[in-house]
Amino acid sequence: MGWTQDQMAARAANELQDGFYVNLGIGIPTLVANFVPADMEVWLQSENGMLGIGPFPTEDEVDADLINAGKQTVTTMAGSSIFGSHDSFAMIRGGKINLSILGAMQVSEKGDLANWMIPGKMVKGMGGAMDLVAGVKRVIILMEHVAKKKDGSFDLKILPQCTLPLTGVGVVNRIITDMAVLDVTPEGLKVVELAPEVTREQLQERTGVTLI
Amino acid sequence: MNKIYPSAAKALEGIVKDGQLMAVGGFGLCGIPEALIDALRDSAVKNLVVISNNAGVDGFGLGKLLETRQIKRMISSYVGENKEFERQYLAGELELEFTPQGTLAEKLRAGGAGIPAFFTKTGVGTLVAEGKELREFDGETYVMERALVPDVALVKAQRADKSGNLQFRYTARNFNPAAAMAGKITIVEVEEIVETGAMEPDQVHLPGIYVHRIVLNANPEKRIEKRTMREKVAA
Repeated sequence: MGWTQDQMAARAANELQDGFYVNLGIGIPTLVANFVPADMEVWLQSENGMLGIGPFPTEDEVDADLINAGKQTVTTMAGSSIFGSHDSFAMIRGGKINLSILGAMQVSEKGDLANWMIPGKMVKGMGGAMDLVAGVKRVIILMEHVAKKKDGSFDLKILPQCTLPLTGVGVVNRIITDMAVLDVTPEGLKVVELAPEVTREQLQERTGVTLI
Repeated sequence: MNKIYPSAAKALEGIVKDGQLMAVGGFGLCGIPEALIDALRDSAVKNLVVISNNAGVDGFGLGKLLETRQIKRMISSYVGENKEFERQYLAGELELEFTPQGTLAEKLRAGGAGIPAFFTKTGVGTLVAEGKELREFDGETYVMERALVPDVALVKAQRADKSGNLQFRYTARNFNPAAAMAGKITIVEVEEIVETGAMEPDQVHLPGIYVHRIVLNANPEKRIEKRTMREKVAA
C-alpha cells in the first residue's frame, strides 16, 4: 500500500521545473536528486555555500574541502559556483531559491512546520531549516504520513496544530507522503492525489485533521 | 607591515584572553583553522564564548576545546555530532545559544559591515524570536537580530598573499569570510602564502583589510565527517 521512499522522491521530482534552483533537505528529500529528468536544468543548492551539486565522488575524487550540507563528500559539475554562508543565506532569505523539499516531524493544517526539536531529548539544532522555510518561495514537505512505532502503533504527524516547537509558521505549501499529496489551502488540507491502493478512508484515518 | 607569524602560537600571542567572544570559521570539520584551534587549546585561555556553526566532533576541531573545558558558551546552529558536547550541555556545564544558520552568518556579516542589527523573517513565531523585537514591513512580520562583533576571529583560507588578501577553496569557504569580516582581530591559517602581487586582484575572495595575522599550516589533517562515494560503474 502506498509509495516507497523512492516512489515518494520520484513523485516529488514532478514538482521540479526547468531552470529551478532547489534546496533538498537531509533524508528522503535527498533522494529527489536521483529523479531529476535528464532533459531538465535543475540547480541544487547546498546551504554551506554551493550551487550545482555534482554526484558523490569516486574514491579518487574525494576532497575534504568539498562537502554538502549533510557533510557528505560531493563533487562540482559544469556550472557550479561556490560562495560563503552569508551569500548562501542571502539567496535563501532573498527568495531566489524556487523550491525547498524538506522532511518534517509534524505539519499543521495551516502549514506550520516542526522539524528540529523534541523537548526532553538532546537538541541538535535547527541548522538552516528556519531560514529555508522563511525565505524559499515554495516549501514542500516530503515525509512518512505517520510516525510508526516499534509496537506497530503510530503517531499522527499531520495535525490541527503542531505540538512540537515550530520551525516556521504557515510556511508549508504542499505535503507529499507515502499515502498522498496534500495542499495547504485557506480552507484546509486538500487531497491532490492518492498513492496506489490507498483509499480516502485510510488516508483520513491516519490524518489528524478533516481533509477536503 | 608584517602580517606573517612563524607559528599558530605566535599568531595568538598577546591577542587571546579569558572570557573573549571568539568566532571560528568552518562548517562541520570542513574549512576549520586546525592549527589555530590547537594553539588556542595550548594557550589555556578559558571561559570563551565561541561563535561557530558547529562544535566539531569528539577529539577534533572545537571538540578539543570542549575536552579542556575552555568553552563556556557556544553560539551555533547545529551541534549534533559531539558526545562530549552533549554530556557537558546536559550536565549544565556548557551554555548553548541556538541561532538559525542564515541568521548566524548574517550576524557576523552585519557585525563586520557596521550594521548593529537587522530584521529577518527567519524564526518569526518560533522559540528563536521569543523576547526579541518584532516589526512589520510591507505586511510581513520580521524579528530583529543583533549583529556579532567577536574580539577575535580564527579563520581558514587556502591561500594568502603577504598583505592578507585571501582565496578560499570549494566549500571550505563557508563561514570563514563572514567570520573574518566580523573579527576585531582576525587571524588566518592558510595552506600557502604567496608574494604580494602574485594574486590577481580579480581573484581575491576577501581583501587583506580584514586580515591582521597570517600563519602557514601547509598540511592540515582535514578529517572527513561523512566520506560518501558513488559506486564505480563497471567498464
